[in-house]
Amino acid sequence: MSPEQKPSRSFGRRSFLRASGTVAAAGFLAACGGNTGRGGGSTGGKAAISQWYHQYGEAGTQQAALRYAKAYSKADVSVQWIPGDYASKLSSGLVSSNGPDVFEFHPDVQMAKSGQIVPLDDIIADVKSDFTEKDLAANSVDGKVYGIRMIDDPQFLYYRKSLLEKAGVQPPTTFDELIDVSRKLDKGGVKGLYLGLKGGSDILASPLIWATGSELLTADHKVAFDTPATVEGLKKMRKLYTSKTLLLGAPTDWWDPSAFIQGLTAMQWCGLWAMPGIQKALGDDFGIVPLPGIGSAGRPVVYNGGWSTYVSAKAKDVDAAKAFVKWLWIEQTKLQEDWCTSYGFHIPPRKSLAAKATKLQSGTAAEAVKLFETKGHYDDPYWTQAMVTISQDMVNNAVVSGKNPESEVAKARTRVEAELKKIA
Amino acid sequence: MTTITTGGARQGATAPPGPAAKARRDRHGTRGSTRTFWLFAGPFLAGLLLFVYVPVGWSFYLSLFQAQNTVTPTKFVGLDNYADILTEGPFTDSLWTFTLFALIVVPLTYVLALALALLVHRIRVARAFFRSVFFIPTACSYVVASMVWKLSIFNGVRFGLANTVLGWFGIEPIAWIGTVSPPWYWLVLVTVRLWLQLGFYMILFLAALQQIPKELYEAAWTDGARPGWQTFRHITLPQLRTTSVAVVLLMLIAAYQAFDEFYNLLPNTPYARPPLVYLYYTALGQGQDFGHGSAGALVLSALITMVTLLQGRIFGFGKADR
Repeated sequence: MSPEQKPSRSFGRRSFLRASGTVAAAGFLAACGGNTGRGGGSTGGKAAISQWYHQYGEAGTQQAALRYAKAYSKADVSVQWIPGDYASKLSSGLVSSNGPDVFEFHPDVQMAKSGQIVPLDDIIADVKSDFTEKDLAANSVDGKVYGIRMIDDPQFLYYRKSLLEKAGVQPPTTFDELIDVSRKLDKGGVKGLYLGLKGGSDILASPLIWATGSELLTADHKVAFDTPATVEGLKKMRKLYTSKTLLLGAPTDWWDPSAFIQGLTAMQWCGLWAMPGIQKALGDDFGIVPLPGIGSAGRPVVYNGGWSTYVSAKAKDVDAAKAFVKWLWIEQTKLQEDWCTSYGFHIPPRKSLAAKATKLQSGTAAEAVKLFETKGHYDDPYWTQAMVTISQDMVNNAVVSGKNPESEVAKARTRVEAELKKIA
Repeated sequence: MTTITTGGARQGATAPPGPAAKARRDRHGTRGSTRTFWLFAGPFLAGLLLFVYVPVGWSFYLSLFQAQNTVTPTKFVGLDNYADILTEGPFTDSLWTFTLFALIVVPLTYVLALALALLVHRIRVARAFFRSVFFIPTACSYVVASMVWKLSIFNGVRFGLANTVLGWFGIEPIAWIGTVSPPWYWLVLVTVRLWLQLGFYMILFLAALQQIPKELYEAAWTDGARPGWQTFRHITLPQLRTTSVAVVLLMLIAAYQAFDEFYNLLPNTPYARPPLVYLYYTALGQGQDFGHGSAGALVLSALITMVTLLQGRIFGFGKADR
């Protein structure tokens, strides 16, 4: 350009637009960064605590969580109620400085080993004997307790009694019977069985391995699932999947009982939490069974899921956060009882509370508690999220895509071993 | 350049003559414009540096470490992360998923967008209506469209829209996004993207069509070319070359970046997980494995760059329009 051209007006205008665009973009980014999920810092000298929950489906749970937070007088607790992919949002929150101080999640050794969460031995010490051994074990890494169990959520198969009677079948007790029953129930626009959007390849990945008599990992954290029994389990699951009796593509996933309640399916894998809703809609017209065992070493399986509460190592005030956790999930037994039985049904992890939970002591709920105690399998903290994904991919490839189960198990083994090496 | 703008001409006319004065004016002008340049471009460049180049650099750094649950890792692993993700596994599978997706969606979008543009270009009545009606879906968000597709149109239960229509003909309900044999989920994925992006590319083609001089067609007809396929093949298509190259490039990159509809329509399944969705679950999702995630992101960036450059080489994108 020649110097004569410099004062051209179009140059200035374009630059102005670009510069103002940058300013606007910066403002937008700043606005995004401003949402820290905290209630505007501390007020009146009290500590501010940000507490995260995943979105519970049962009505009234969010209000309850807010009520508990408000009842705590020693700090300002702001509750974040997170819909959608909670695990992902939590992961990015914990890495950034905008994460929660107190949050609920599942046991994961990775979080403890990388120092994202702090041990809670001191606050649980007085009541340790009131928690079941297995609940404590599921939250322990290297002898330290990192999480306090809030709720125990057994998962099993729900079935409609009337539909089974009409089809002239009994509730399934073996996996072959499950396939057969599902086939007989699949008629008149009602599908046989609902195992979620992924045909059970996600939520049943671990239960399927347990049902064959295999384990995910050994007690000393080595791969244990690569057995001929697991391969057999995958083949049976493939048989169920290809029977075309599974409901696929319902509007909600397995954890929501809508498909079962609306009569889209005669059986569904779901959790105890959904029982009050199902009872309200169907009365007594439902029953529950564990996932039937597979093969000669097979055993019926209930998956003991649940949520525990943790304190982030990045909490602004770790002691204040721990004090809040102690108050809510150790001391306030009334609130814990309310959380466990007033909305959905959850088994209180405290023995003393479970003994008092009258709603869980009769009818199908009592059956569920019994299954939980006798057939239940817990999360292994060493079975990390990455391994969960690997095992789900294995089941999905073998069951949904029909790939060779032997090679899928072998592939998964290699990948899980690589993951184990990382946490060794 | 030799053209002199009015501003420059006026300045030249009023300024006192003499080489010294001219030099002074030049120096002043140059310095002033340098300052202006940095004043206006500075914030933009700073933003680029801060939000693009620093993260890319950081990703590279992370990709050389075992960065589990942390972005300030300490365990150096060299190129292990790259070796891991490039061996056969979910990442390489995801590249195939993407390739298949691009192979379906790019030619389909190209042909349909061009066909729509030709139709809308020819139309004599309600031009504005037809132009906007095809363009409006572009304004819709991928997330919203995915939800509509998933929950109402291609809902797997008997009362989903598509299944209701099939029901009229006595066909059993199909689990659109839940089955892999036949892989109906591709129909859902491809139609949602077509619906969303056709209008945009149609507008690009329409603009290009309007640029083609009428004289070319008249000359062709005079020379005996028949209207229809012959003129389209020998006049319209060659004239659209620059636009076509740009459109194909944009579509390829858009396909590489496919995330929203896969993430929102499908659960996290190995059979339909394009690279970005895989990397999201690995690094930002539950995996929190930033080492492998970063390595994958850089491999993906390198692939996009290579394809873009290669395409530029072959089709001459970026060269002046002849």
